[in-house]
Amino acid sequence: MNEGQNGTGGKLKRIAGPVVTAVGLDAHMYDVVKVGTEELMGEVIKVDGEAIIIQVYEDTTGLRPGEPVSNTGLSLAVDLGPGLLTSIYDGIQRPLEVLVDKMGSFIERGVSAPGISRDKKWEFKPLAKAGDEVVPGSIIGEVQETNIVHRIMVPPNAKGGTIRAIQGGSYTVEETIATLEDGTELKMMHRWPVRVPRPVREKKNPTIPLITGQRILDGLFPIAKGGTAAIPGPFGSGKTVTQQQLAKWSDAEIVVYIGCGERGNEMTEVLTEFPELQDPKSGKPLMERTILIANTSNMPVAAREASVYTGITIAEYFRDMGYDVSLMADSTSRWAEAMREISSRLEEMPGEEGYPAYLAARLAEFYERSGLVTTLNGDSGSVSVIGAVSPPGGDFSEPVTQNTLRIVKVFWALDAKLSQRRHFPSINWLNSYSLYLDTLGPWYDREVSPEWNILRAWAMEVLQKEAELQEIVQLVGSDALPETEQITIEVARLIREVFLQQNAYDPVDTFCSMGKQYDMMKAIRSYADQAYAAQVAGVPPTQIITIKAKNDLPQIKFTKDYEPMLDGIMKAMETEFTQLRSSA
Amino acid sequence: MKEYRTISKIAGPLLFVQKTEPIGYGELVNITLSDGSTKRGQVLDTSDELVVVQVFESTAGLGRDSGVRFTGEAIKMPVGHEMLGRILSGGGKPIDGGPEIVPEKRIDITGAAINPYARGMPADFIQTGISTIDGTNTLVRGQKLPIFSAAGLPHNNVALQIARQAKVPGSVEEFAVVFAGMGITKEEANAFMQDFERTGALERAVVFLNLADDPAVERIITPRLALTTAEYLAFELGMHVLVILTDMTNYCEALRQIGAAREEVPGRRGYPGYMYTDLASIYERAGMIKGRKGSVTQIPILTMPGDDITHPIPDLTGYITEGQIVVSRELHRKGIYPPINVLPSLSRLMNLGIGVGKTREDHKKVSDQMYAAYAEGNDLRGLVAIVGKDALSERDRMFLEFADLFEQRFVRQGIDEDRTIGEGTLDLGWDLLATIPVEQLSRIDRELIEKYHPKFRAK
Ligand SMILES: Nc1ncnc2c1ncn2[C@@H]1O[C@H](COP(=O)(O)OP(=O)(O)O)[C@@H](O)[C@H]1O
Ligand SMILES: [Mg+2]
Repeated sequence: MNEGQNGTGGKLKRIAGPVVTAVGLDAHMYDVVKVGTEELMGEVIKVDGEAIIIQVYEDTTGLRPGEPVSNTGLSLAVDLGPGLLTSIYDGIQRPLEVLVDKMGSFIERGVSAPGISRDKKWEFKPLAKAGDEVVPGSIIGEVQETNIVHRIMVPPNAKGGTIRAIQGGSYTVEETIATLEDGTELKMMHRWPVRVPRPVREKKNPTIPLITGQRILDGLFPIAKGGTAAIPGPFGSGKTVTQQQLAKWSDAEIVVYIGCGERGNEMTEVLTEFPELQDPKSGKPLMERTILIANTSNMPVAAREASVYTGITIAEYFRDMGYDVSLMADSTSRWAEAMREISSRLEEMPGEEGYPAYLAARLAEFYERSGLVTTLNGDSGSVSVIGAVSPPGGDFSEPVTQNTLRIVKVFWALDAKLSQRRHFPSINWLNSYSLYLDTLGPWYDREVSPEWNILRAWAMEVLQKEAELQEIVQLVGSDALPETEQITIEVARLIREVFLQQNAYDPVDTFCSMGKQYDMMKAIRSYADQAYAAQVAGVPPTQIITIKAKNDLPQIKFTKDYEPMLDGIMKAMETEFTQLRSSA
Repeated sequence: MKEYRTISKIAGPLLFVQKTEPIGYGELVNITLSDGSTKRGQVLDTSDELVVVQVFESTAGLGRDSGVRFTGEAIKMPVGHEMLGRILSGGGKPIDGGPEIVPEKRIDITGAAINPYARGMPADFIQTGISTIDGTNTLVRGQKLPIFSAAGLPHNNVALQIARQAKVPGSVEEFAVVFAGMGITKEEANAFMQDFERTGALERAVVFLNLADDPAVERIITPRLALTTAEYLAFELGMHVLVILTDMTNYCEALRQIGAAREEVPGRRGYPGYMYTDLASIYERAGMIKGRKGSVTQIPILTMPGDDITHPIPDLTGYITEGQIVVSRELHRKGIYPPINVLPSLSRLMNLGIGVGKTREDHKKVSDQMYAAYAEGNDLRGLVAIVGKDALSERDRMFLEFADLFEQRFVRQGIDEDRTIGEGTLDLGWDLLATIPVEQLSRIDRELIEKYHPKFRAK
């Protein structure tokens, strides 16, 4: 990061949309510049001889050739410190709440506001003392920010040393809380350039699942804490609802939610809903662990491009405090399109479908910033990244989906056929996969049940088998299937309708604990075992399929204290089977 | 204001003007022809040497001798209370023979983005009286819910029926309709006007008409003029405004035409790569604002080229709007009106507008159950065609019949039939679901079944 070098004034030469050209400016790539008399914020994205090409983060209407352009000499960076949690920002970390106060309900341009308040005082509690040796990343104290403790660290780009003085008390983020022997003053806030990954000591292989309370995810295609997942699907297939479910219910300690080029109302929904919701484990309001970045589809496209970097940098910062962070980006396709739009204005040679040739590299760099890590101070933290992808026409062969799938380890394939029949979440169980299954297996053995992995494999097998059988049914009708296979079809239906379908809007079913998931799958397995046994004993399949007790299984989903009900259903089922066998 | 006579090139709707003073990006431009007539345009690209102007009207008659004046400001729309009841051209000029509009205010037509933090959450159920909308794809105030249709289908009738019947039960607040026609035929325009007049809606309407034989590029500003007006009525005068934009396909064609004239690298199927962003700058201008009374609800209509929902126009629209109502040729052929296919239709804001205190507690689950049953029955139709009805299990036959019943009784209704949500739509849904054994209604809790299912209701 360069330090401020002021005064190299240039002027505007050409304006055509969000990309403008300046001349006479002494500038380097990615320098932040102030454009025009209104000092709109922009970033240098190309240097071409005399011409400095700038992407402007605000609407450029009315800018004229000849207006001044000045270089701040700084890179695009975010404020990191107490005050981040519960905030909602635009793509360049302008707090939207503050903007409403400053300019009303509509976003006008030329107004800036710091990412975190400079006036607010926080109660700083030192954890280090004078004489302690600190290194970049060392935690020197903490602030109770919300119900989350905000750990104050030596910035990764500072030098370490011996603490000369450190004092608890009430401070703003810019006041000095500690001084090192060499005179370095430490504050609660530091800035970090968004396009540069924050350093860590080591990246480790993830071994713990991010539990989301969504059965098809936790049960069949889990993502690890520190892992990566993509969720591609056509419009209306459930990308946003799934991302929001993860933001609500996943057992991350911090959530960064990026609405990148999507709907304004969806962000409002999060803003209205989250403060009302409680973490199922701690009972604390979900909003207190959440940071929102909202650069909606009608906000400037250059800031949309930046929003993803702003989000991941904030996520890394909390990771560096030793937290498990999960980041949702909805949608990475809009980010890629922003790149495409800027690139085409630069008249760069287009690659596949007009996307710039560096699309794959940018996607890879972004997902690479996820991971389970040993932080600079030896702690453990993680960033899990879940990206929605919006393929044109729902066609997964397009470049953003394909390049993403080459990187991420989990693929949740949304399927319009399922959403059209209101099978939610509309994740296709045949096409989706998780490459973490093996590494997470031991956790499920230990924390859920030694039977879990076996049950999971069994369910996948039944679903696979069903798909094959359905092809036959399409040709000859279901009555023509052999008896055992008629039962298999019914078992598969139960797995789909009872286990896989999960209604995000049902107050109980919206979150399903791992224990309940296990109980549900076990119940279905138990039906299957008894059904095949009865068939062997000579009970006709129509009778096995029309067993009454199993019709009550879906009710389990909507019931909070479901155990007595489930017991009752299983007992009734056994009784029915016993009767069937004795009359066979 | 200086007049330039330095046009160096005219290509399609674009003018290239040389050697000007510094001109602002996006400025409104007035062009005077040799015969004294004037045209308007906007700056698309500005630099020391060259300014590119997009002309909003036909470039016929323009030549190197035409005069160009840069106004120094963005395009603005004069707005005022008096606009209600008026018919304007696609460029915003009165065409109903009435007086010029005396503006209370002039507003930049680009429209700034509503700060997401300032948005109010749409939550008021709008009853349209159409079961396939109210029951299964509920519209709420402040939503943008397009109609995806295709050539030759009765989308205009559906839109008109919505405009006629839409009401928020129990509300007496002021409402208005803003209608923007883009590239529609005179006949279509007349159908709308006559219906507005017949029902008295015209008094509460502002109509913008860009007809099929009006300049295509004017279509770029028509929806923006309409939305600027709508925002004024809603957020400054406190009205609940329903905006109908038709046909967005013609708008997108105009966008493509300009892209081609600028020799841009085209995106998918020749449409500009920035079409998503451009459409978002129209569709996102719907909603509510915290602390203000009114709302803007949008019903854009588009015709899917080749009936193809994956075509960029419906595709990008669906990615931005809060759902879509899909009009189906197949149902239309079966003689069913309104031919709304619920399966690909969706209202994303439905959950906010329904349930206890809004519609009824059973609303969501009845809707989900009907979807599931109809989808299953509909799939079986394919199978029947191959193996015949006899090869079906009893369960399958039941769902097959449900699908027919659903289309004939739930979907089909009269063009003036205004069903209430409870007795008209949801109870009808229960009657249809009652043809399926109770145990098969896996989407609905027992409790609701015992309260609403006809079998229990009768007791
Ligand atoms: N898990 C779910 N439970 C219930 N409804 C869902 C679920 N997922 C999606 N939906 C329904 O599908 C609609 C579209 O989902 P959304 O996530 O907005 O799609 P996308 O982001 O892919 O366009 C939602 O408005 C909701 O009605
Ligand atoms: Mg979405």
